[in-house]
Amino acid sequence: MATRTLAVVSAGLSNPSSTRLLADRLTSAVVAALRSRGDDATVETVELREHARDLADNLLTGFPNSSLRGAIDTVTGADGLIAVTPIFSASYSGLFKTFFDVLDKDALTGKPVLLAATAGTARHSLALDHALRPLFAYLRAVAVPTGVFAASEDWAGGGGVDSALADRIERAAGELADLVAGRPAGARPVDPFADPTPFEELLRRTGG
Amino acid sequence: MQFGIFTVSDVTTDPTTGRTPTEAERIKAMVAIALKAEEVGLDVFATGEHHNPPFVMSSPTTYLGYIAAKTSRLQLSTSTTLITTNDPVKIAEDYALLQHLAGGRVDLMMGRGNTGPVYPWFGQDIRNGIPLAVENYALLRRLWTEDVVDWQGQFRTPLQGFTSTPRPLDGVPPFVWHGSIRSPQIAEQAAYYGDGFFHNHIFWPKEHTQRMVELYRRRYEHYGHGAADQAIVGLGGQVFMRRNSQDAVAEFRPYFDNAPVYGHGPSLEDFSRETPLTVGSPQQVIERTLSFRDYVGDYQRQLFLIDHAGLPLKTVLEQLDILGEEVVPVLRREFAALKPAHVPDAPTHASRVAAAGGSRDATVYAAADSVTGKAPGQSREEVEA
Repeated sequence: MATRTLAVVSAGLSNPSSTRLLADRLTSAVVAALRSRGDDATVETVELREHARDLADNLLTGFPNSSLRGAIDTVTGADGLIAVTPIFSASYSGLFKTFFDVLDKDALTGKPVLLAATAGTARHSLALDHALRPLFAYLRAVAVPTGVFAASEDWAGGGGVDSALADRIERAAGELADLVAGRPAGARPVDPFADPTPFEELLRRTGG
Repeated sequence: MQFGIFTVSDVTTDPTTGRTPTEAERIKAMVAIALKAEEVGLDVFATGEHHNPPFVMSSPTTYLGYIAAKTSRLQLSTSTTLITTNDPVKIAEDYALLQHLAGGRVDLMMGRGNTGPVYPWFGQDIRNGIPLAVENYALLRRLWTEDVVDWQGQFRTPLQGFTSTPRPLDGVPPFVWHGSIRSPQIAEQAAYYGDGFFHNHIFWPKEHTQRMVELYRRRYEHYGHGAADQAIVGLGGQVFMRRNSQDAVAEFRPYFDNAPVYGHGPSLEDFSRETPLTVGSPQQVIERTLSFRDYVGDYQRQLFLIDHAGLPLKTVLEQLDILGEEVVPVLRREFAALKPAHVPDAPTHASRVAAAGGSRDATVYAAADSVTGKAPGQSREEVEA
């Protein structure tokens, strides 16, 4: 039995926030789905609200401070990612985008990701597919087919979660668990500092 | 160990007065700063190279040639020379001539610059940044070490039987450092040639510096130039000092808060924790600087940035007084006491000439001369006929 690490990025701003609520529902469902596939999971949640200033600083200085660096390492080092944002003005929130803007462009390559969003009305639901999905396609992450969108009305059903929403959560969690459980252990990108390109090779590439 | 200052040559509004110096004022101030560096006993003065406002230093050898004439001891360097967009032929010529005029008090640091748009201004493409640095430097070395060069590459016109003049002083080219914040290829390049590696060590967390220096040292040993701890390392650093640390913080804060690069972002306190910036008393600067050795090992050159963000000339000259009187003498003593005997000093022209087995005149005399029209043994009449 392998232990998988799951990172959760939540861009909710209020407390309590429906974005965090959705993130927590998704997290429990993914952990359960991994267990049913014979894997354990450790979960680390990054609340972007706590890093709002860090992120603005990073935009200006070009590097993450130590607090933000911890959050970035959590996300880039995880076996799977759950990314949840509120929809603002027809797209992900600026805070959510800023976090993914400051990552190295290759940091999420091949990473299994579950995309989810919240909003006041179901009319925003396609933002998942016209805004979040292209962002993660650019980052070359592997987004599961089911994105989970929850509007205010979805929280009104029995047990706090509408049954249709509960179904979507289950389906998306199963899809993410399949990708995470199928990952080879210790899949890490090449470290250019541990294993530099020899200079003769750099010279050869210029034809010199 | 060598101590000095490096400048980026920015023309920046003084946020405390709202006044922006003219280019003429800034250029004169940079002369005053370099001369003061020698006067207070520093070893090195290095200037950046930029080709766009708000910077004035587009022509470092013009400027350093003037400084060379006005100084007698100061080592003149660059931080950095754009190996990507300058023609390596022109670098070979300009810095060899500067080396002659300065009596050998010249080394230079290769870098790729911080401005994307500069590449097309000089007919290049930023996506070729690393290959340009690799190819141009390989050619530059040949131009300095071989009298007659046949060459063909990807980025400039081929050379047939080309001789770069003047030949290096005493037959020994200037020492070269390579500077990069986080490109492992550049640390690799410095290691391959046994050149120096410089990390600017400002505006960024020390982890970048540590990682690059560690790679450079490991590869320097791999390429057989010596043990890892004998590789030639230089660091930058950013300081502002007053006798009382609170005064330093209060005076520097408006410059920090409005500075290009990091202004309007993190607090001075945050940035001092996250990067090597040290604002405080001379003693605090001494202690912080000595701590650099903990993560890069014994190193050969320390340059401080003291004149950016709109600081007035008078303040910068005061900073130089503090560096020269209170900080550098202590650092010199402390670093020297810590350095093992097998760790070399930074190469100088004298040490490089000695290592080459003594000085030799490297003049290449022309076989024929189309300016005076004479070749050896040929009379004027024969040429005109």
